[in-house]
This record gives sequence, C-alpha cells and structure tokens, in this order.
Amino acid sequence: MAGLAPGLARLPLWVWGVGVAITLVAPFVAYPVFLMKLLCWALLAASLNLLVGYVGLLSFGHAMFFGSAAYVTAYAVKAWALDPALGLLLGSAAAAFLGLVGGLLAIRRMGTAFSMITLAIAQLVYFVSLRAPFTGGEDGIQDVPRGHLLGFLFGGVPLADNLVLYYVVLVVVAAGFWVIYRTVHSPFGHVLAAIRDSEARAISLGYRVKRYKLVAYVLSAALAGLAGALKALVFQIATLTDVSWTTSGEALLMVIVGGMQTLAGPLVGALVVVTMQNYFASFAELVLMLQGAVFIAVVLLFRRGVVGEWLAWRQRKAARAAEATA
Amino acid sequence: MNLLDIPPAAIVGQLLVGLINGSFYALLSLGLAIIFGLLHIVNFAHGAQYMLGAFIAWAMLEYLGLGYWWALLIVPLVTAAVGMLIERSMLRRLHGLDPVYALLLTFGLALLLEGAFRLKFGATGQPYASPLSGGIKLPFAYLPAYRLWVIAASLVVCLATWWFVERTRFGATLRAAHENPQLVRSFGIRVPLLLTLTYGLGVGLAGLGGVMAAPIYQVNPLMGSNLIVVVFAVVVIGGMGSIIGAIVAGFGLGVVEGMTRLLAPDYAGIVVFIVMLAVLAFKPAGLFGRGDV
Repeated sequence: MAGLAPGLARLPLWVWGVGVAITLVAPFVAYPVFLMKLLCWALLAASLNLLVGYVGLLSFGHAMFFGSAAYVTAYAVKAWALDPALGLLLGSAAAAFLGLVGGLLAIRRMGTAFSMITLAIAQLVYFVSLRAPFTGGEDGIQDVPRGHLLGFLFGGVPLADNLVLYYVVLVVVAAGFWVIYRTVHSPFGHVLAAIRDSEARAISLGYRVKRYKLVAYVLSAALAGLAGALKALVFQIATLTDVSWTTSGEALLMVIVGGMQTLAGPLVGALVVVTMQNYFASFAELVLMLQGAVFIAVVLLFRRGVVGEWLAWRQRKAARAAEATA
Repeated sequence: MNLLDIPPAAIVGQLLVGLINGSFYALLSLGLAIIFGLLHIVNFAHGAQYMLGAFIAWAMLEYLGLGYWWALLIVPLVTAAVGMLIERSMLRRLHGLDPVYALLLTFGLALLLEGAFRLKFGATGQPYASPLSGGIKLPFAYLPAYRLWVIAASLVVCLATWWFVERTRFGATLRAAHENPQLVRSFGIRVPLLLTLTYGLGVGLAGLGGVMAAPIYQVNPLMGSNLIVVVFAVVVIGGMGSIIGAIVAGFGLGVVEGMTRLLAPDYAGIVVFIVMLAVLAFKPAGLFGRGDV
C-alpha cells in the first residue's frame, strides 16, 4: 500500500472554498437530518479509518463505542438534564474508557485475531446494553431532549431547530476530522504508519509498539464515541442498533468504499452507504444484500476505494505531465 | 444458589444442552481453525455457510423428498463445492495481499447470503423433523436419541478431522504447503489445489454442522450470524488455528454455558465472552495456541 495520504496542503485553494461553501449551503438544499446523519456516520467511519488505514488494526467492534456513547449521552441529557455539551463530552469519555479497557486486552493479539476479539468484546457490550437497567432494553432511550448548548451562556444555543443543530454538528465533526488529520501527520502518526508497514522493524527500532497502538485505539474510540453521542442528540434516541455488529460492519463498509488511508474517504463512503440505506429504507434485506455485494466488489475490483482511486489517477496524471515536460 | 439444591434432572438437562451447543461450537470452530491455520483467512462467511447447509438439507426434504441421512451425506459435499468455487473465483485473487481483504470479502459474502435468504424466507424458521425419535429414559432424566447422536457424531467428526490434518501424510503435506509453499511446489505438489481443497473442507464442516442443527434449531436465515460471534470467541479461547484447541474449547464452553444457565441465567449469554477476556488476560495466545499469532 502507498504511504501516507497526500497532505491537505496539496489540494488547491478552490477545492477548499467549494467544499466549505457546500457544507454551509447544504442544509438549505437537502434535508438537515439526513445531512447530520451523514456527518455522524462520516465521523464514525473516519475514527475507524484511523485504526484500519493508518495503524493496520481492523477493529470489528466500533459499534460498541458509537453505541455506548449514545447511551451515556442520551441518559445524561435526559435523566440528569445535563448540558448537551457536557453530555457529548461524557459520552465520548465513556467510549474512551471502554477503548482503554478493551484495548488493553485486544492489543495483545496481532492481525486477524484482533478483529475477532474486538467483535467479541462488542458483542459483550451489546448483551450488557440489552440487560442493563438504564438502557431501556429493546426500547432504548427515547425522547432525548436536545436542550440548549452551553446553557449557562445567555441561555445557550437552542438545538431543537434542525438548522442550528446542523451547524453545531458540522463544527464538532469538522473538529473531529481535524484531530484525525493532525494525528496522522504528527510524528506520532508516522510511528503508527511505521508499525503498520512493518511491526517487527518498529519494535527493533525501540518503539513500544503496543503502547502506540493502545493510544491510537483509545483516540479512535473517543472519536467514534463522539459520533455516537452526536447521533443520540440528532435522532433523540439511543438503541440496540447503535451497538450491534451491523453498525460496525456498516462503518467498515464506508471506510473501504471511500478508501482507506484517505482523509476524505470516510465522508464519501458515508455518503454512498447512508444514501443506499435511505433509498432502500423499507427493504432491510435488500440493503443487506447490496452491502454484501458492494463489499465484494470493492475488495475485488477497486481496493483503494473511491477517493483512493481518484488520488491514484491524479498522481498518474501528474507523473505523465512531469514526463512530458522533462 | 447452591449446586446441591438443584435437582439432578436439571443438571443433566443443562449438561445435555451444553454438550449439544458445544457440538456445534466445536464443529464450526474446527472449520474456522483449519481455514485460519492453513490459509490464514478469517472466514467471516462461516456462519452463513452453516446456515446454507441447513437450508440445503431443508430444500432436499421439501422439494426432492430426500431425508436427513441423504442430506448428511450430500450437503457437506455441496457446501464444500460452493466453498471451493468461492476460493477459486474470489479468495484466490486476494492471495498475498493483506489478510484484511479476505476477511472483508467473506464478511460481504455473509451479508449477501444472509440478505438473500431473509428476502426469500423472512426471519421465521422452517421446521425440520427429527430423524430419530425416542430416547433413553434414565431414572432422573430423559435423553432424546437425536441429541445423543449429534454429540457422538460431532465428537467423531472432530477427532477424525484432527487425525486427518495432524496425523496423516496428506495432512502433513497440507501443513507443509502452508509453511513453505515454494518448497512443497518444487516437489511437484499442486499447492493452489491444496488451498482450494482446504477451504472446501472447512466450509464442508460448516455445512455438516448446518444439517445436524436443522432438526434441533429451526432452519432460520439468522441462525448463522447468531452463532458465529460466539464461535469466534471460542476460536480465540482455544488458540487461533489450533485444531485440538477448537475442539476442546468448543465442547468445554458449551458445558460452561449450560452450567451458567443453571446457576446464573442472566450471564448465560455472555459467559463465553467473559471467559475469552479472562483467557486473553492470562494467556494471550489462547489455551492451545503457540507464540503470539
């Protein structure tokens, strides 16, 4: 696989301008709730991509972070009437803690065993969510109030309005993506990439590989939790679906459809998968089959994903242009 | 609750249920262990292939009038053939790439299969009559004949497979082909064919499990995905790729689960995962695993 994704700095300024303009205007064109769903899923996929793409750890249980954070946030905001901002932080922190505990056990095994262990731990979390007294069992936690963000400041921002909430979600998700970008392009991120490419070499260079992996895992868990916490506010509900393995599978699908090791990949992947979900909303079985078919097609035909293939195409074009001038 | 307060009939009953579940854990984790140990692929489609086996058995009875014993013979061969087709047409292309891709591909296959069967049959189960009626009456419990047959058959199949892979010349070639394909090829052995057969063997075992499960559990599109996550935990506990580990952990955890249902019913659904965490904490390679795979 190629090295790190090309830096954002290499993108022309107009691409940035168009991108920002689209996100600002989008809620006036499309249904804001759909866009918020898209953003939440994109953040979940991006957090998973941080592990799969940049550390080479295929976590198959990211739904446990997404779902448990959704439960914690929903409960905190509803039962304790906490400020939504605190609720988000609490949900994310709970997911990070879960990531620390699960990570300590799962990181001990490499490669494919890691996937199976994370899936099993996620299943444990699923059962706990089904039985625990505060999760509402099969019903989940419903009618979560959106409340007023930062209520202590002049009454805060009322989140009941979809348009207002959209911009809040946009800012939070953008911050999440920024954290991922900074991580990947930091010295820490380069060590992670070195571990991915050759774990034995990283160990021989004296890096404490397991510790690096664990930090990455906890960070990824916190971000996945942030996505789940936002989702609980947007849809005002936290349910078993959020912690189920189908959610983990969908996040993974987004990552590989968009392209591993690309920053924009998860966003594109989320757009494709969420659109697919919405379009076939009344045919759950068809969605399942379609997702399966897409998995197979991507793995066999375009492993780099949509964004990855586009970047590769651009690189080839640049190489040809350089050849022509030389 | 005190163990002594429990009537012996309940203990025997749960022990039997535990051994039955354990039979399927062992059969499925055995197939997974073979595929993982020799091909280094985590076969996510294993549950779906097990479900496929059960549905083929059901269809044979429904449309062809061929009963259980025919299914027991034919279904493993058919599912093995399907497996070999999958290996030849898809998994083969991913050889040499990051094993993540094979895992994702088999996950996609599992979704596709499960979706297709749910579309056709819904989430309700199809009944499949038990081929063996009657049973053995003990003074404190009744042991249905079919369940005893499943436990015995599963044990025999597991041990035979272990013997085949670990003790025969063919099995040795199989393991050598995984260890050092270049060298084995230079002896004139067709390694790619061996890999195809190995995947077929693993999938055939899943199909066999499906046939044996059909009379006990209903033939249901969800039967595979409900089971596969537990089986993954069993494989991790036994030690990835260890055949004997898969068998021992399979039966052992079935019994542990049964006993938990008796003593602390709330924990029966999660006891396997708790055991997995404990094993990981103290013996990261699994009970029978070697090294740090």
